[in-house]
Amino acid sequence: MQTLGTRTTAAGRAGLAGAPREPLAELPAVAPVAPNELVELYRLMTSVRQLDVAAISWQRQGILPAYAPELGQEAAQVGSALALDPSRDFAFPTYRELGVARAFGVDMVEYMSTHKATWHGGLWDAATTHVAPIQAVVAGSVLHAVGWAHGQTLEAHGELPAQGLAVAITYLGDGASSQGDVHEAMNFAGVFKAPVVFFVQNNGWAISVPTEKQVAGGSVAARGAGYGIPAVQVDGNDAAAVLEATRRAVAHARSGHGPAIVEAMTYRRGPHATSDDPGRYRTLDEEREDAGQDPLARLRELILAEGAATEEILAEADAAGAAEAERVRLGVIALGPRRGAEMFDLVFQEPTDELLRQKANWREESEHE
Amino acid sequence: MSETLTTSEAGAGAGTVTLSLQGALNLALDELLAEDPKALVLGEDVGTLGGVFRVTSGLAAKHGAERVFDTPLAESGILGMSIGLAMAGFHPVPEVQFDGFAYPAINQIVCQLARMNYRSRGAVPMPVTLRVPSFGGIRAPEHHGESLEALFAHVPGLKVVSPADPQQGYSLLKAAVRMPDPVIFMEPKSRYWQKGEVVTEAAAAASAAAAASAAAAAAATNDGGRSLGAADLTDAGLTGARIARPGRHLTLVAWGAMVARCLQVADLAAEDGIDVEVLDLRWLKPIDAEALASSVGKTRRAVVVHEGPRTSGLGAEVAQLVTERCFGTLKAPVERVTGFDVPYPSGDLEDEYIPNIDRILFGIQRVLEYKRG
Ligand SMILES: Cc1ncc(C[n+]2csc(CCOP(=O)(O)OP(=O)(O)O)c2C)c(N)n1
Ligand SMILES: [Mg+2]
Repeated sequence: MQTLGTRTTAAGRAGLAGAPREPLAELPAVAPVAPNELVELYRLMTSVRQLDVAAISWQRQGILPAYAPELGQEAAQVGSALALDPSRDFAFPTYRELGVARAFGVDMVEYMSTHKATWHGGLWDAATTHVAPIQAVVAGSVLHAVGWAHGQTLEAHGELPAQGLAVAITYLGDGASSQGDVHEAMNFAGVFKAPVVFFVQNNGWAISVPTEKQVAGGSVAARGAGYGIPAVQVDGNDAAAVLEATRRAVAHARSGHGPAIVEAMTYRRGPHATSDDPGRYRTLDEEREDAGQDPLARLRELILAEGAATEEILAEADAAGAAEAERVRLGVIALGPRRGAEMFDLVFQEPTDELLRQKANWREESEHE
Repeated sequence: MSETLTTSEAGAGAGTVTLSLQGALNLALDELLAEDPKALVLGEDVGTLGGVFRVTSGLAAKHGAERVFDTPLAESGILGMSIGLAMAGFHPVPEVQFDGFAYPAINQIVCQLARMNYRSRGAVPMPVTLRVPSFGGIRAPEHHGESLEALFAHVPGLKVVSPADPQQGYSLLKAAVRMPDPVIFMEPKSRYWQKGEVVTEAAAAASAAAAASAAAAAAATNDGGRSLGAADLTDAGLTGARIARPGRHLTLVAWGAMVARCLQVADLAAEDGIDVEVLDLRWLKPIDAEALASSVGKTRRAVVVHEGPRTSGLGAEVAQLVTERCFGTLKAPVERVTGFDVPYPSGDLEDEYIPNIDRILFGIQRVLEYKRG
């Protein structure tokens, strides 16, 4: 029987001179993605696509001061998030995880609030939705996922629960993979056998820097071998493949075998953010060549080829997505600024006297409320 | 270069160029790279892209991709590598993309960069200038609007400077990069696109030479015009504070983006007959205590304005330096108008946080109306 949270392999017992490294565990196989699941992927991805594209126009219209599109990453985001159970698992996003938030059930107006400059972390309740606040620090939350995951191990008190461990999934980009924190996170996760999935969206770019100038060796997944963490690289524009790969990683973590890495090879089709000008570092021809097939169109073809749904059903899903985008637009427009008092009220659970004094002064001088 | 230099012979003065702060910094880096073969520019997106604020635009193409280069995305790596490059005899000018992303590098900045000279008994100096787009005002995401001067100023072994306008940006960046010690160079990002007249070093040298020969030729009649700012370009002109506007009744002490705001406030106060002096501190470490003393010694009242949080902010240091030197002449305690002890807020609340004109005027009023006892 395996022991939760500790290494029992020779590879884990450093200092045993001459002991051969054990081969990496294989991620367990899972059932192939079912036809109805393909349609569910499509429903979510068309919603996310339409919201994302709409948000760019909202920025142009002045509804949002800025936006960071995830165009082209719908399969990677929705496919991975659907492998988790939002009622018990926990997602740690970056600033570009619209698709993950949507799949976890986060309210999309509350999500967009960060781009409306209403509240940096977003207005949704991280504790109940199991989606951590927006993270502006690249790689900032990767270690948190390891800590949360190790917490699940500790709560299990050495015995694997019948339904397995709750699993953390942490999102990071090719750029983020350069941060020292990511090394620390992977090493800690390996040492503590934490039930965490490192989901890398290798979208080819970190602002203007291409992956080949970012990731030595060309693959983040390849680093797993050094940490004793099983890792897979997957076509990140293939929603079904992403879902299956992430399910394998989650199954591994859930059953107490520790962390796994999934590297989804995808492409950032849009600018880094609305203030970015990709023409300064890549050509339109390069974009066309490197982007791969549109993940949404590809899924649509697969669904129709497999007879998983009819054109009509997909058209209904598209229409539902369009209606949702319109509802969110109205919600975002209606979203007013937060009360200035929240600046002071939300710093601590127990505010200091000095902070209360500053709040009183602010109120007096700004003639608020 | 993203900015075309237009020498305005007929404009504000011969030899000046009109540049944005971003353009002035770009020009300073360009000239530094040209004059010093050991100078290097490194950071995230500083090469091909020219930086997210385009401060390094065109420099890689002009000075070579080996001297102006993109690094992988890791601030600790950027600073740590700069230290090693300095040990190898280079003069690195690293950039962290935004203020808040200096935090991931804090270990290398505080434990390594700031101490190497001391640790090595002077054998290994650290001529490294870290450029940090700083302060708030652009409705940006989290960690894109913070003021780290008090943190940096507290670290023994670091010097800290912040320019308020294009001329200051040009001149202070040159001064910083030529120093043999580590300098944190805090660029007010909300002012990047503000234009101003800049006297380049070449123009200043030419005008000094012209003035010398004119003086030799005849007893020159003074045309009353301000000299081309050549004084601003001497070493003495760059180590201390600067009076941005002279006044008699009260001194507003500020730096970075708050200097422009204080100048606005001074104009408003003038309408009420209050003559405000604005002291642009420029160097936040070391602080020019003599300039503080001479300004406040004259006005007898001071208000210090900064964006950073109030508690243990640099305003406290300024107030103490003034008090030590001017206690006998002060008519009122030094007042602070600052950000609050809260994380820098999102865009919608930004104007509630940054000292605005009203809050600065209230501070002025408190000092003017102060009664002893
Ligand atoms: C610690 C830190 N440094 C720099 C930045 C500025 N920045 C924001 S996104 C980004 C690129 C991130 O690239 P990647 O991790 O590949 O994610 P992607 O943007 O492609 O989704 C940079 C440099 C930041 N947010 N945080
Ligand atoms: Mg990327």
